[in-house]
Amino acid sequence: MTDTILSIKNLKKYFEPHQNFAQSITGGGQKKPIKAVDDISFDIRRGEIFGLIGESGSGKTTTGKLVMKLIEPTSGQMFFDGEDVTHLGKEKLKEYRRKVQMIFQDPYASMNPRFKIRDVLEEPLIIHKVKGSIEERTKMIVQALEEVKLIPPDEFMGRWPHMLSGGQRQRVATARTLILNPMMLVADEPVSMIDLSTRAEILHMMKEVQKELGLSYLYITHDLSTARYFTDRIAVMYLGRIVEIGRADDIIDNPLHPYTQALIEAVPEPASGKLDIVKELPIYGEIPSPANIPQGCRFHTRCPYATEACKREPEPELSLDSAEHYHACRRAYEVQAEKKRAG
Amino acid sequence: MDSLLKVENLQMHYFTSKGAVRAIDDINFELMPGETIGLVGESGCGKTSLGTSILRMPTPPGRYVGGRILVDGVDVIPLPEREVRKNVRWQKISMVFQGAMNCLTPVYTIGRQMMETLNEHSDLSRSDAESLITEYLGYVGLPPEIVQRYPHELSGGMKQRAVIATALFLKPEIVILDEPTTALDVIVQAQIINLLKKLKKQFSLSFMFITHDLALEAEISDRICVMYAGKIVELGTNAQIYGTQGPAHPYTERLLAATPRLFKKVEQLQFIPGTPPDLIDPPKGCRFSPRCDKAFDKCFQEEPPLIEIEPGHMSACWLHRRG
Ligand SMILES: Nc1ncnc2c1ncn2[C@@H]1O[C@H](COP(=O)(O)OP(=O)(O)OP(=O)(O)O)[C@@H](O)[C@H]1O
Ligand SMILES: Nc1ncnc2c1ncn2[C@@H]1O[C@H](COP(=O)(O)OP(=O)(O)O)[C@@H](O)[C@H]1O
Ligand code: SF4
Ligand code: SF4
Ligand SMILES: [Mg+2]
Ligand SMILES: [Mg+2]
Repeated sequence: MTDTILSIKNLKKYFEPHQNFAQSITGGGQKKPIKAVDDISFDIRRGEIFGLIGESGSGKTTTGKLVMKLIEPTSGQMFFDGEDVTHLGKEKLKEYRRKVQMIFQDPYASMNPRFKIRDVLEEPLIIHKVKGSIEERTKMIVQALEEVKLIPPDEFMGRWPHMLSGGQRQRVATARTLILNPMMLVADEPVSMIDLSTRAEILHMMKEVQKELGLSYLYITHDLSTARYFTDRIAVMYLGRIVEIGRADDIIDNPLHPYTQALIEAVPEPASGKLDIVKELPIYGEIPSPANIPQGCRFHTRCPYATEACKREPEPELSLDSAEHYHACRRAYEVQAEKKRAG
Repeated sequence: MDSLLKVENLQMHYFTSKGAVRAIDDINFELMPGETIGLVGESGCGKTSLGTSILRMPTPPGRYVGGRILVDGVDVIPLPEREVRKNVRWQKISMVFQGAMNCLTPVYTIGRQMMETLNEHSDLSRSDAESLITEYLGYVGLPPEIVQRYPHELSGGMKQRAVIATALFLKPEIVILDEPTTALDVIVQAQIINLLKKLKKQFSLSFMFITHDLALEAEISDRICVMYAGKIVELGTNAQIYGTQGPAHPYTERLLAATPRLFKKVEQLQFIPGTPPDLIDPPKGCRFSPRCDKAFDKCFQEEPPLIEIEPGHMSACWLHRRG
């Protein structure tokens, strides 16, 4: 048994472009593939919470879908628990989906209003044809409810979804994934309307469950503010690539890539004295289309530190800075020095 | 200085088959020229309801039950709808609705949807309307060609910019912004906040900024109004709420503690267990009492009044009177 649960090697996912009607008649508009994930590699360790961070359109959800095996990679490899899972047959895939579960972080969606909580939790057992008597199933349901602290379980089993708060619904959604004894959970946090308090409650609960059961998580978000508390390591993704990876504390306290620095500066802090300040972010404009990835360093069109070399030279690869901390910026140290000088 | 907007004892309830939902239950506050007032609270506390009430557009089955909404000294509640359309809505007060950018009609171009809003609220000629649209797209940082695009061809940030431009067309004095950045990622959120700060100066606007995120409110609001279960529980300046002394009301305190901080390492995230109450039958006494860890006997019996605890700082909690 290795200490790596999931290993991703040079994974790519290119989507065929949609051709619109006009283009299909005129034959105009050359078809460029949409490079949603463009050669990424990372490992998730057993019992680790691994964060994947980036703006909308950076390829996080596509990565999550690749890990869930909801879509097939264009190239590259994936290993889970030491086994090559890049391509799986039907039976193997079913087994994989039991071990790796997706957790939907939207407490207000995805629950059949006509199912009592007991039925909601029994459904995955039926779908996955888990054998067992009614008593055995009830035992599994009770255990899953206890794991997410919906106590007393008997009482909650008889409730309807509308009788639960947002936080409690999320607990049910989590219990639903835990009932199949997964080894890893993938949580893609939608940019959504969930209250901060409910979100904190959800993350707290997920962390408790993780500690208790020794699970591994892939946690996907655009917001770094909970990441230090919630994750062990973070990979920062930009336009299909990982541009920085390291321990959560190192990424937040000592970001080396200009993109990570911009993500950090964008986070609002609840402190007074910022009213008259127009906070100039160290990043220009909006994220380009993954069908038109800039040459050279793919971040150069938005980077305030870009030089001619950044445009012309080949794209920088991830390089090691210190223990476990990698970045892909050719000017990382000059940028640090420039920032220090500017104060 | 006279206030632009004065809300007095406002009550607006939703008359549902199960009973009256007391979404706005005796609200009082003023908005001064050039000021941004922030409205925070958890989901279901009445923030959107207050916004639409001020726009004189409560969502059915919502009806005004009492109070006044004075805009430039005139109560708009009794005005006939025609009058409101002609002189108030969009002319004096406009609103960026919660989720508006995701409610754009997919089959119409952005230009057509902007034109419809203009037609609804003014009698500009087509060519005047077109040049107005181009002008305002410029103010929000969008190229004029965007009018020919469909919503799915634009990023979230671009759609939200278009929605903001649409709210400004008729030179309102007050703009109500309901969760304008909640559906956006952090970088686009920061860009939109900068844009709003710029527009506010350029057009001497006053804002009512609604969000559940206290961290965001700190960036933009001069005063913060905290709502809980249809009522204002605390109202104070940015410095009073976010300063070293911290907020006064236990609910605000707990909300602030639940706001994640990037540079503060915590062992555990704080949260407020439970949910805001059902507003058909809110709890007796202080509405926060079932969730408040500081509650004592009196809290369950009598409702605490909103009192001034220091100049310009209001809070509704029995602890202030306990000494
Ligand atoms: N059209 C309606 N009919 C009946 N009840 C309603 C209606 N709209 C809102 N409510 C109720 O009024 C209360 C306040 O809702 P409101 O939408 O104003 O809250 P909010 O603070 O804006 O919440 P959020 O943060 O979720 O947007 C809630 O209890 C809600 O369920
Ligand atoms: N099925 C698809 N077909 C074409 N393009 C896609 C598809 N799924 C995602 N994309 C594109 O790939 C990019 C990355 O998307 P996504 O993985 O959803 O990013 P994120 O989750 O970081 O917002 C986006 O530009 C998106 O439009
Ligand atoms: S390599 Fe150049 S363009 Fe890319 S992030 Fe570093 S400084 Fe910016
Ligand atoms: S009045 Fe009582 S229950 Fe209400 S906030 Fe104050 S201490 Fe808590
Ligand atoms: Mg996504
Ligand atoms: Mg709302």
